[in-house]
Order: sequence, then structure tokens, then C-alpha cells
Amino acid sequence: MTTTLIVLPLAAALVVWLLPVSGRAAGALALLTAFVEVALWGLAVAGFDFDQGLQLQNRQSWFSDLGVSYHVGFFGYSLWLAGLTVVVSAAAIGYALWANRERGRAYHGLLLFLMGSIVGVFTAQDLLLFYVFFEAMLIPIYVLIGVWGGPRRVRATVTFVIYTMAGSLLMLAAIVVFGLSQGTFSLVDSGTSANEWVFLGFLAAFAIKAPIFPFHGWLVDAYRESPPEVAAILSGVVSKAAVYGLVRIVLAKFPEPVDDFQFAILAFAAIGLLYGSLLAFRAPDLRSVTAYSSMAQMGLIVLGLFSLTDLGRNGAILQSVAHGLVSATLFLLAGMVETRAGTSAFSVLGGMARGRPVLSTVLMTTGIIALAVPGSVAFAGEFLILAGVYDAGWGWAAVGAGAIVLAAMYMLRLISAVLHLARGEDVREEATDLRPLELALVVPLLAALLFLSAWPASISERSFPKIDTIEAAE
Amino acid sequence: MIPAPKIDWLALAPTLALLGASGVALLGSVLVPWWMRRAFTAFVAFAGFVTAGVLAAIVFDESAEGRTLIAESFTRDRLGALAAIIVAGAGALTVLVSWGENRRDHAGEYYALLAAAGAGMAFFVTAGNLMTLFLGLEWFSIALYILCALDTHRETSLEAGLKYLIVGGFGSAILLFGSALVYGATGELGFSEIAAAGDADNVLLLAGLAMLIAGLGFKASAAPFHMWTPDVYEGAPTSVTAFMAAATKVAALILTLRILVVAFPDQEHLWTIAIAVLAIVSLAIGNLAALVQRNVKRLLAYSSVSHAGFMLIAIAANSQLGGRALLYYLIPYGAMSIGAFAVVAARERELGAPVTLDNLGGMGWERPFLGAAMWVFMLGAMGMPLTGGLLGKFYVFSAAYEAGLWWLIVAGVIATAISLYYYLGVIRALYLRPVAEAELRPAVAGGSPPRDPLLQSAVFLSLVVTVGSFFFVQPLIELARDAAASLPF
Repeated sequence: MTTTLIVLPLAAALVVWLLPVSGRAAGALALLTAFVEVALWGLAVAGFDFDQGLQLQNRQSWFSDLGVSYHVGFFGYSLWLAGLTVVVSAAAIGYALWANRERGRAYHGLLLFLMGSIVGVFTAQDLLLFYVFFEAMLIPIYVLIGVWGGPRRVRATVTFVIYTMAGSLLMLAAIVVFGLSQGTFSLVDSGTSANEWVFLGFLAAFAIKAPIFPFHGWLVDAYRESPPEVAAILSGVVSKAAVYGLVRIVLAKFPEPVDDFQFAILAFAAIGLLYGSLLAFRAPDLRSVTAYSSMAQMGLIVLGLFSLTDLGRNGAILQSVAHGLVSATLFLLAGMVETRAGTSAFSVLGGMARGRPVLSTVLMTTGIIALAVPGSVAFAGEFLILAGVYDAGWGWAAVGAGAIVLAAMYMLRLISAVLHLARGEDVREEATDLRPLELALVVPLLAALLFLSAWPASISERSFPKIDTIEAAE
Repeated sequence: MIPAPKIDWLALAPTLALLGASGVALLGSVLVPWWMRRAFTAFVAFAGFVTAGVLAAIVFDESAEGRTLIAESFTRDRLGALAAIIVAGAGALTVLVSWGENRRDHAGEYYALLAAAGAGMAFFVTAGNLMTLFLGLEWFSIALYILCALDTHRETSLEAGLKYLIVGGFGSAILLFGSALVYGATGELGFSEIAAAGDADNVLLLAGLAMLIAGLGFKASAAPFHMWTPDVYEGAPTSVTAFMAAATKVAALILTLRILVVAFPDQEHLWTIAIAVLAIVSLAIGNLAALVQRNVKRLLAYSSVSHAGFMLIAIAANSQLGGRALLYYLIPYGAMSIGAFAVVAARERELGAPVTLDNLGGMGWERPFLGAAMWVFMLGAMGMPLTGGLLGKFYVFSAAYEAGLWWLIVAGVIATAISLYYYLGVIRALYLRPVAEAELRPAVAGGSPPRDPLLQSAVFLSLVVTVGSFFFVQPLIELARDAAASLPF
């Protein structure tokens, strides 16, 4: 089951790329694959026992002398992250099909390859395998941004790849040291370690991927220059690879260094949260706001994870899924605004609500969820995180609460700059409302958000098995 | 009357097969009618390499216990057999790449010399004493000197040949001098006798060891003995460059491992440091110099210097795991370099000009297969997943960690991070043509590209090895383990 979830998109990527058909047909095939993935994932959820740990495992020795194996499986939280992946990827593939990207076979092949490797990241139970999938994500991203991106795409993609690879290489060194000192590279069989250098190697990779405060240099260019659907996957899903890495490796394998560095990590996360929110408030266009708000949200998620409480951890997973859906929707909407106005700069946008009720309803709803209005899934996630991090010190919770106010400010600014105010100079009168096909792309994402808003416990109480709580361990 | 020693023909068979192929090709270039000369000699060379590979595989299979032969002059063991297999594979691929060059003159000599160089390498890697070591080294070097200069109508080819001859000759002289010093200090030529001779701190012996390492460093193009590499790689016919990048490096590095482990176990505290320093210098110089290259062959030349650095880390580890890491690394590395140079050769024939990052532009879209293959080779050289390059680096780092050389891991990580820039630069050239440049320079003019199924099949085989070595690690590692087990670590 798990292997199928990983291999199906990878195999489909090869087929889509090699099959001599038109770009449209390739896109349709890719979309079909994505639907099958979503259905498979649904089956996996249906058969999953959320009271247990690792399930749906496949294991096979890869090379025995160093104890490396192909070992995949799902925990509750990784199942949710994988669900986020397949849903957002399906929407992204649908968007690419709708936008009719040139060189469609290559484009859709790369998207499928990206999808498969992200699912691989969320299931890997062996360190080297994790590294393989973690790195494999970069291969399609480099080309997706570099070929189909905006005017400054080459710079954006080179910066992004070199930044993340630098982190990953530190992780590779850390993996070698950790695995050889443990005698196995399996995440299931290995014990814990107190080696701070190894810990920092892993932490660096995930801090860059997330990104956490001082490592966000690649962020804006990458999110602004990518095609919208790639930006949706990047900010919605790829950044969650860091969440999985932090939960599965850093928190699970390095309890002592985590305790020692807790304050520093919380501090950087809090700075990132505030700083990202401020930058989002000052950012000049739709995409940059979403990009910086991603950075802020990742800070919040890390705050939850490193509160080292059950509440914070559950909240972090819920918030990861919520933020993934929100930011993917926002990037897709940004793309739709751009196809109408040619830009997403606030200075030339405005007044799009008049005569475009569907667009304004959708953008409004997403924005309201993003600013964590009470009753929304983002509110539930943030509440859990703040409640959790309160245990680590009330100051952290105060910072988090302050950031929520900032989130309201930048999201409302975004909404009014696009929808309200006077009609911007680049908004043509005849620019249409959202078409049914476009609606079909964002409505499922919104529906998922509304469902989670109604029932956040579906994720927050089904991420970690009851017996495996942090309190129980202590 | 002196009794003739018993000769183990099987152990010599790979070398003899290639030597025979070389002779037949040479005769063929005189006796066969001109219109089928090229086809005949190419076929003979290809058959020679394949036969040598098969024979080496048989030797590998039947040499579980290594032993020295013919008065300790050479060794029959799995290490040498595996090296011969890799060399033979590289040679066979090179023949496929060479065919489309449509060489009008010297076609027979070309293939004869290629087979002769392969024979020399197959002999060299089994060397058991300093005399056969030098003999094998000169044997394949002389063949390569001529091959480099074979495009007599191109000035750069002549320059490459001359430069390689002079610098290579200098390297050989240092190696010979080192051998003389070692012999003077111990009175022995055989590797294992040198180890048994004792007197580990003899200054002459240590000076000889240093000179041996330097001489082999020239052949492996490890910095600071790499000065000839970019010029020769750039000037030599591209198929010869491919052969040199893959096969020469295999031969030189495997023999370095063999002589250091077998002949100098008592000096290991010295030579591990020396090799580690060479590794770091190679990583630094290779990667930094590659950053500024525009000519793709020069870029790949510097990349090969940096790969020599990685493989030297495995030698410096001085352990079974290190030997395994080196032998595993060589397999995807060899495939990657031949494949990459083959793609360069294809582009060169299409353009009729040296390949630079600029005129590589857009090739990924115009020639989908070659472009995607080059993409994979560059990913492999970077050490990205889905290629054996990743696992090669993983093994090398593991060996370094196990040997306590953690600072070599740090150096390797930094070097890889730097290398990303220029490998990504090649991919950028293949696929990411910036808008402005695309307008300035239209896609390559001049009809359909030359169809060259042999070159494409060579690229395809390299691709299979590069990617296959990622998925089927276990069997390759078992080969490498068996081969490394023939050394007394």
C-alpha cells in the first residue's frame, strides 16, 4: 500500500514523460494518477488504526553491510501530511492542466515525480532512504522553477537549490555519523543519541527547508518566481518535509540535545514568526505576502513542536495541514489573479470584488481562515500550539498571540488590496470572475479546510497514538 | 638450463586478449581493404574488450584466494580482476563512442592503440612488483600519449599529446626514481617483500614512498599533480578523453590502494595523512577551478580531479570498508564520465566546434535523450539520489568516519556544496535558457543532427549503470567486498 503510494506517481511520471502524446493528454493522465493517489490515500486512512504506531509497513534490505533498508510506513501524523501532499498535488496538476503549460509532458512528469518523492519523505523509516527522497524533491523543483518560472527564475532556483542542498549535505554527514555509531540506519531500530553535532546537522537541514528565521534567504524569490502551482506545492507541502524530519528524527532521536537547545530554537522560531509577519505586512504583492506568512506559520509550527508537550505537538500537525491547504489555495488564487491582471502587485490591483462575487467569496474565505478567525481550523491549530507552548513559558505564548494579531493585519491588508479599494490600473473592467474549472480547483481545498474547521480533532486527536504521549514517557 | 616458471595463462588472459585484439587491428589496418578497415578494426577492438571483460570475470570467479605469479611479478586476485572488468567495460563503451567520429586516417591505429592501452591497464592493476608496475604504467601511458595526439590536423590535439607526454614522462620518472629508492632501501622489488623487509623508518624508503605516491598521483590526476588534466582532456579527441577519465583513473587509484596496503603497511600512519592531504587539495582545487570553466570538457576535467579527491578519501581510510567504498565508487563514476563525455562528443560532432556552456544551451529540449542522460550524469556527479553517485559518496563518508577521519567528511561536504554550482550550471545550460540569450542565439542551425545509434547505445548503457548502481547496490557491494578482501588490511 505504502509502496504503491510512492511508486505510482514515480512510474506515472516516467510514462507521462515518455509517452508521445500532446501536453493536454499528458496532463489528463497526470491528473488521473493524482486522483488514484487520493483514492488510495483514502483507503489507507480507512484502514488505519490511529491508536497504534507505525503501520502499513513495507521493508526490504537495500544493502546489508551498513544496515540500510528500504523501509516505509505511516504514523498517524505522516498519514495526514501525505494526505495534504496528494490533495495539494492533485490541485496543482489540475491547475497546470488548466493553465496548459508548454512542454506539458515534461512539466506533468516532473510534477508527478515531485509528488512521489514527497510522499516518500513522509513515509521513510530509514535515514538514508529519507535522505534519498528529501534530495529527490529538489531534482524536479530546480527545473520546474528554472524553466517555467518568472523573469528572475534562474537566480531564484539556483539560490533555492544551493541553500537546501547545503543543509542536506550537513544532514548526510550527520546521517553517516548517526547510522554508523548506532550500527543501523533504520529509524525504527536505532536508539537515541546525545551527540550535539549530529543533532545540529539534522537541525540545519530542516531549519533551511522550513525555513526558520535566519535561513529564509531563498524563500521569497523561490515562491515569487515559481509557477503558482509549484509555489503551492513548495510552500504547502515541501516545507512540511521539515516538520516530518523534526518530529521523526530530531525530536525522537535526540532528546537530550533537544532539551539543551529548546530555548534557542524557540527563540529563533518566535523571531521568525514575528519577523515573517512584519515582512508579510510590508510585502508589495499577493505572492510575497503568502510567502512571508508561510515563514511566519512555519515559525509557529516549530514553536508548537519544540514546546515538547502533547498539545503543542498535536497543534503543530493540525496547523501544518491547515497551513498547507491555506497557502496552496492562496498561491493558486494568486495565479488566477495574475492571469487576469498580469501581476499580483497591490499597487496596481484593487476593486476586484465588484462584479466578481465568486472570486471575492473564495479569496475572502481563505483569507479569513488564514488569519485564524475563531472557529476556523487555523484557530484550532494556533490555540493548541499556544496552549502547549505556554507550558514552556508564558512569554512564548504571548509572542504567539501577538503574531496572530499581525496575521489578521496582513491578511486583511491582502484582502482589501486585491478585492476592495478603488479599481487598480491593471484590473481591466472585462476581467472575468472565476470560471467553473478554476472553481473546481480551489473548492476542494476550501472544502477540506471547512471540514477541518468543523472537526479539527479529526487530525489533532489522530496524529500520535494515545499510549505514546510525551507525558506518558516521562 | 634455467627451468621456466609455470605460467598461469588464465590470469594473463584479459591482457592477452586485448593485446591480441590490438595486434589483429594493427594488421587489419594494413591488410584489410580500405573501405572496411574502420569497421574491421573497431569490431576487433570491441570484441577484444568484451572478451577481456568476460575473461576477467572468469578470473574473478576462480580467484577466491589471491596469489602472486611468475616470480612475484604480478598478482592473480579479485581486486585486479574487478579492475580489469571495469577497464574493459570502459574500453568497450569508448569504442562505441568513437565509431561516429568518422575518422578518415589512422582509424586502424586508433583502435589498435585503444586496445593496447586497455591491455596495459589490465596488466598494470595486477602488478606485484615495482618492475611490472613501471612496465604497465609506461605501456598504457605511451599508447595514450599517441591517442591524445592522433588528431594531427588539430593543433590542440597535438598540444595535448605533447603536454601529456612531457608531464606524464616527468611523473613516470618520479615514480621510477621512487622505485629505485625503495629498492635501494630494502633490496626488494616485490610488494609483499618490501613490507617484510622491515626497517620502517629508513629515510630512503620514506622518500621513495613519497615519490611513488606522487608518480601515481600524476596518473590519477590528483591535485597538485593535475596540471596536465584540463589541457589534455580538452585537446584530446573526446572519445579518448572519455577513456582516460574512466579507465586511467580506475587503474591508477586501484594500484595506489594495492601498493600502499600491500607494500607499506608499517608506514600507514604517514601515507594515510599524505593521501588525506592529497584528497583535500584535490577537492579544493578541482571544485574551485571548475567553477569558472566555460568549456565543458575542461569543466569535466576539473570535476574528475575532484572525484579523485573523493576516492582518495576512501584510500586514506585504509580499511576493508574504504576499499569497498573505492571499488563501488569507481563503477558509477566510470559510467558517468564516459556517458558525459559521450554526450559532449555528440554535441561536438553536431556543432563542429568545442562544446561550451553557451552552445550547450537548449540541448535538453532539442535532443531529449542525450539531454536527459546528461542531466542524470550531472546528478550522479553531484551525488544526488537515483544515481550511484550518492551511494558512492555515502560509502566514502562512512569509510572516513569509521577510520576516525571526520575532517575528511567535512571537506567532502564543503566540496560537494561548491560543486553544486557548476553541475547545476550544466543542467541550466541544457534546459534553462534565459529568455534574452535564447533570442540572441537561435537553436543550432543545420538540418537534422547526425544519427549515431552506437554512441546513443553507449550513453544508454552508461545511464543503465549510473542508475542501476543505485538500485542494485547489494550485488555490486558484494563484488567490491570480495575484491577488497584480497588486500591485507
